[in-house]
Amino acid sequence: MAVISKILLLWFTLSCPLLGGERVYQKPSDFLKSVFGSKLPPTQALALNGGHQAQIKNLLGHPYRPSKVRYWSNGRKTAWILEEIGKTEPITTGFVVSGHKIEQVKVLIYREGYGYEVAGKGFCKQFKGASLAANGRLTHQIRNIAGATLSVRALDRLGRVALYLNTIK
Amino acid sequence: MKLATRHFILSSLLASLPLSAVTVEELAARLEKLEGKVNAYEKKYGPLDAGTPAPKASPTFSEPSSDDEIDALYEKSSSFAPTATTDFGPSVAQRDYGSSWAENTHIGGYGELHLNRDLGGGDSNEIDFHRWVLFVNHSFSDRIKLYSEFELEHSLAGDGQPGEVELEQAYIDFTLDHGLSARAGLFLLPVGLLNEIHEPDTFFGVERNRVENTIIPTTWWEAGAGASQTLNSGLGWDLAVHSGLDVATTGSNAFRIRSGRQKVAQAAAESGAITGRVRYNGVPGLSLSAFGQYQHDITQTTSDEDNSAILVGGTAVYQNGGFGLKALIASWHINGDSFEANDADHQWGGYLEPSYTWTFANDQKVGVFGRYSHYEFARGLDNTRGGEFDQFDVGVNYWPIDNVVLKIDYNHIIDEDENVESLLNLGVGYSF
Repeated sequence: MAVISKILLLWFTLSCPLLGGERVYQKPSDFLKSVFGSKLPPTQALALNGGHQAQIKNLLGHPYRPSKVRYWSNGRKTAWILEEIGKTEPITTGFVVSGHKIEQVKVLIYREGYGYEVAGKGFCKQFKGASLAANGRLTHQIRNIAGATLSVRALDRLGRVALYLNTIK
Repeated sequence: MKLATRHFILSSLLASLPLSAVTVEELAARLEKLEGKVNAYEKKYGPLDAGTPAPKASPTFSEPSSDDEIDALYEKSSSFAPTATTDFGPSVAQRDYGSSWAENTHIGGYGELHLNRDLGGGDSNEIDFHRWVLFVNHSFSDRIKLYSEFELEHSLAGDGQPGEVELEQAYIDFTLDHGLSARAGLFLLPVGLLNEIHEPDTFFGVERNRVENTIIPTTWWEAGAGASQTLNSGLGWDLAVHSGLDVATTGSNAFRIRSGRQKVAQAAAESGAITGRVRYNGVPGLSLSAFGQYQHDITQTTSDEDNSAILVGGTAVYQNGGFGLKALIASWHINGDSFEANDADHQWGGYLEPSYTWTFANDQKVGVFGRYSHYEFARGLDNTRGGEFDQFDVGVNYWPIDNVVLKIDYNHIIDEDENVESLLNLGVGYSF
């Protein structure tokens, strides 16, 4: 047991330096380039009034902090980069919406201790084609991941918000 | 306020009042008061008679435009990041480490109240606030965080009282590169389905299932160091070196795994243990895991014999629409003449739990489940409540919102002598 402990300690020391930053899967700027190409459309901003905030609160289940939201659009596709707390940390996620449907979801920065699985391609693919139903839920049921329930809920709700924002931009 | 709105309000007011009962002055005063309220509402939520307003996006925002500036918008601290004084306000992620203790400290928790009725006429009728738990987490930096969990069990702790005050988690988590994280301190072991995630709104049944009570002694925490990694493919692993169990070979709790938990309370540390797990979540709706633990001496050298112990097990969770299926198996193999002589060298159990959940009206949910469990532990000992059991459970969970659950279930438990225990349980639980 002592030998195993020493090997583990040595391995951590040599291979895992603390170099700074959260778990960044893709920089927000790189995500936008992957959507629009190297020449990005101009950054635009959407102001949220009290009615919008109330609607977003219904979709999220709690008040929404930002009073303006940035987005990027080339007329056909719109990209939103939104953040929602999973358990205690915000998950920064990119959404591409086209024709009131989600075209792509990409987890950009993950900061929680558990639940990294939501960044997997298989999980994010579930959102493709989803739109906002009249009851405020996504038309596609997003399957849960055991051990990542709170992060799954967070992304499900951010998807709703992205679709809603797209209707009022 | 527009004229049409005024007319509407005045008409409504007149229609609702017995005119003979009020003077014109009173009516004017009431109208003025109402007008003030409407103006305040419009100021906050927008014009009343404009339907659902669709605000135009503000003119093209000239900056940020460079890559660095865009990336900085979503960092926790940045010279580019907008502050609370700008129109945008701080993003959800932006915090100023070091300047605000409160901003970097998070409180959460969960609780569950249970009512157990013995339908067989036994004396197991009980109402108990089983668990009241408080999480306190603190981010020292982007990469170094404290996770802690403080629990009061059975409402009342102290000499002669039924409950306990317990520290169930207190560890420092280090986020490393390449999807790796490391931890040191007191943490929950990565085994089974309930040991790490057991908030009452995340599982079916009022009480936790008995396989993850008698075989995997949930909640099971030890002190040590560990590491985890989750890859983009959905594969992941956990490894930990930590303190071990101390299972007695004499007395009323002899050979019971659950009673061997030392809870890191001035615990014997003659023999540690190592636990590992591999996980796969690459297919939406499917989660698989296999786990194992080795301890050189599960009696902490109180016996002269070889009492090395191995735990192996696996879990599977599948969800498709409202249908869910959970399965778990776990098995202990313990060396030593005393364990073999008492038929306690092989203790194992497993369960299969199909369920179906309906979602309706604004995220409310109702789910039904059935569960079959088989478990064998500390057999051959009359004084340890051990034996071989088959258990059938059915029940309903109702979630008015995601974080609150009301539960009811029925347990039918048959032991190796065909004795039957029938329990009806009611529960309410929450997490935040």
